[in-house]
Amino acid sequence: MDLNDTPEQAAYRARARAWLQENRAQAPVLSGPGALTEEAEIIAARRKWQGRLAEGGLAGVTWPEDYGGQGLGPVEQVIAGQEISRAGVPGILDAIGVGMLGPTIIAHGSEEQKARYLGPMLHGEEVWCQLFSEPAAGSDLAAIQTRARRAEDGSWVLSGQKVWTTNAQFASFGLLLARTDPDVPKHNGLTMFVVPMDAPGVTVRGLRQISGEAEFNEVFFDEVHLPADADVGGVGNGWRTALTTLMFERVTIGLGGEGLGYDPLRFARALLAAGAQRDPLVRKRLGEIAAELTAVRFTGYRVLTALQQGQIPGPEAGLAKVTTVNSAIAAGDLIAEVLGPDALASESEWAYMISFLPGLKSAGGTEEILRNTIGERVLGLPAEPRLDKGVPFSELRAKETAAQ
Amino acid sequence: MNLALSDEQVMLREAAREALSRVKTLEAARAALDGKQSLPDLWPTACEAGWPGLLIDEQHGGAGLDAFDAMLVAEECGRVLAGVPLLGHLAATAILSAAANATSFLPANASGERRAAYLPARPPADNDGAWSTERRSGLGREPVPAVGPTDGDGHAAVEGACAFVPDAPGAAVLVGAGERDGEIVAFAASSEQPGVQIEPVTRYDATRSLAHVTFAGAQAVILDCPIDALASAWHLAQALLAAESIGAVASALEVTVQYAKDRYTFGRAIGSYQAVKHQLTEVLRRMENGRSLLYYAGFAYRGAPAEFPLAAAAARCVAGGALDYAARAMISIHGGIGATWEHDAPLYFRRAQLSRLLLGGTEQATGRVAGEVFALAAR
Repeated sequence: MDLNDTPEQAAYRARARAWLQENRAQAPVLSGPGALTEEAEIIAARRKWQGRLAEGGLAGVTWPEDYGGQGLGPVEQVIAGQEISRAGVPGILDAIGVGMLGPTIIAHGSEEQKARYLGPMLHGEEVWCQLFSEPAAGSDLAAIQTRARRAEDGSWVLSGQKVWTTNAQFASFGLLLARTDPDVPKHNGLTMFVVPMDAPGVTVRGLRQISGEAEFNEVFFDEVHLPADADVGGVGNGWRTALTTLMFERVTIGLGGEGLGYDPLRFARALLAAGAQRDPLVRKRLGEIAAELTAVRFTGYRVLTALQQGQIPGPEAGLAKVTTVNSAIAAGDLIAEVLGPDALASESEWAYMISFLPGLKSAGGTEEILRNTIGERVLGLPAEPRLDKGVPFSELRAKETAAQ
Repeated sequence: MNLALSDEQVMLREAAREALSRVKTLEAARAALDGKQSLPDLWPTACEAGWPGLLIDEQHGGAGLDAFDAMLVAEECGRVLAGVPLLGHLAATAILSAAANATSFLPANASGERRAAYLPARPPADNDGAWSTERRSGLGREPVPAVGPTDGDGHAAVEGACAFVPDAPGAAVLVGAGERDGEIVAFAASSEQPGVQIEPVTRYDATRSLAHVTFAGAQAVILDCPIDALASAWHLAQALLAAESIGAVASALEVTVQYAKDRYTFGRAIGSYQAVKHQLTEVLRRMENGRSLLYYAGFAYRGAPAEFPLAAAAARCVAGGALDYAARAMISIHGGIGATWEHDAPLYFRRAQLSRLLLGGTEQATGRVAGEVFALAAR
């Protein structure tokens, strides 16, 4: 057991640190004096910075060299993240593309797709978004209704709606899960597509949340035409392809828990500033929060160890997200009780955190569905009896409609 | 960055599991509660396996291993609720190993021939500047024993008491902290002398050997060891208790998951109900968090000593909470039978209830986590 770098890892860290030292002046300033304020400016600057990071070997660390990556392991990816954070510069803009969607295309895409999309994705020239969740399909993702129909010439016509789409407002492409055959059981009739976000019929609308800000989008598809070769991983194989994306999502969550900024020291500083450090109840509550968040950090190292040994993290990685979100919620409650109503002032970082967390609890799967999945796949408990097994999706929908 | 167990660590764990499987520890725990028979003596098992010398270097007859290895063994003991008096012995040998004038004791401690017990002494925290030990009852803490002047042979007289000392009954030597002229010193006292009284106490969990220890003019060797070693022993004891607890959670979870698969109500296995499934995943969540912190504590003991108090306290806090939760879930998921004397669930529950009160209590560990985090935040 060793938390220190091997000589190779230390050499990589030194290279990353030196590169950042040399290039940090080019990084966009996002807070403090001289910070960029206009969203368009910020996005442009961060895209450019992502390109630099890719050239410096600090983005796409685990991507194969053939696609512009470094061909290195997850440890080096974590080292790159640590050094970026240490240098106080922003990381890549398109973490969803580079972390999840690119690897999905690498695993399932055609050679043409890899050649066309991966380079510009990695360099931030084209940002991607993930078009999976729908208003009526979140935890039960395979229940999506967005429909892709074959035209006579073999091309596709897409209609439907997606929701909770990060970065859609400036994305060039989306990876979209659609139903191509409603007459088979729901997991079997799905196909993954590449969708150009500037195609006629695509409408992106900001989705405001509790905080009042719109960090996600709704995306509408009205008879959007896609070429015949727009599918990724084959027609009818969409569920398998989606599982790959979700596996990379778990890896991303497993390795990047601290990226959300739910750091015990940040909470402790706020309580110290309010002079609350001697209160026994404050100590008890902060102690529990800090212990759990510290555990998540080491769970990340355990995930990393497993990855190094060639194991793929299972759904249990989702428990780290449950812990992180619930601990952060508890921290928000505690800090608000110490600061009083000022914690909820519109400019307060705590008001923002308190507003953001209830939604985050459901992101990447609600806590309830995660616990079901983990109970069944990890503990081997029997599944909840379900009424949709083996039933063609169209019949299922008809039954649901009749029941309402 | 690599948290994988070495081949030696895997072997250590497997050997421990195998050695402990030869004794029906759960049945013995129940019988001991009934007063029908005393607990089997597992010290010979420990000696045969080399556990007494885990933290003593090879030069002095030990295995020269690290805290994490000791925690692996503690976890296996916890899995079967075995009453192996290692917690007190290992913490005591960590102090003796750090003392320049105790090397002659070490071979007998390493072989297990002379068993040692650690007198828990809580080091100061950000909100409490004093060293303290457990009191027999009520809130608050007691001062550590008073130590008199050292004579020409390096001995001194000790006066005072330590309550609820783990593994003290039957220990040959008692190792702990005392106070002399406002300074903290480490001492080791033979239990075989008139000035030492060891009064065994059983509280709720018969597998936990405890005693109230009283020193009345007892002669002790003053140990030439840094005060940090005394503080580290306290945190080590917290980490070992956390490891034991995680072991108990793991086996409680296995038993309860199996029951949730086997037991049917309303035509389906109870484990298929979300209300049951979610409780069990909560046990898993708490267990995995606790285990992650065992890695942290195991790493920090030597790899980052400044972080060891935080790591050990966090492990104690989370593992203690995990065992409380797991024992209650075990009872409730088993339904009425889980609350009967014949079932194993009450043994886990008893283990949880007593463990949370020992060595300062789980709550103080939680407070220490906060104190350590406040200290880091104030930098």
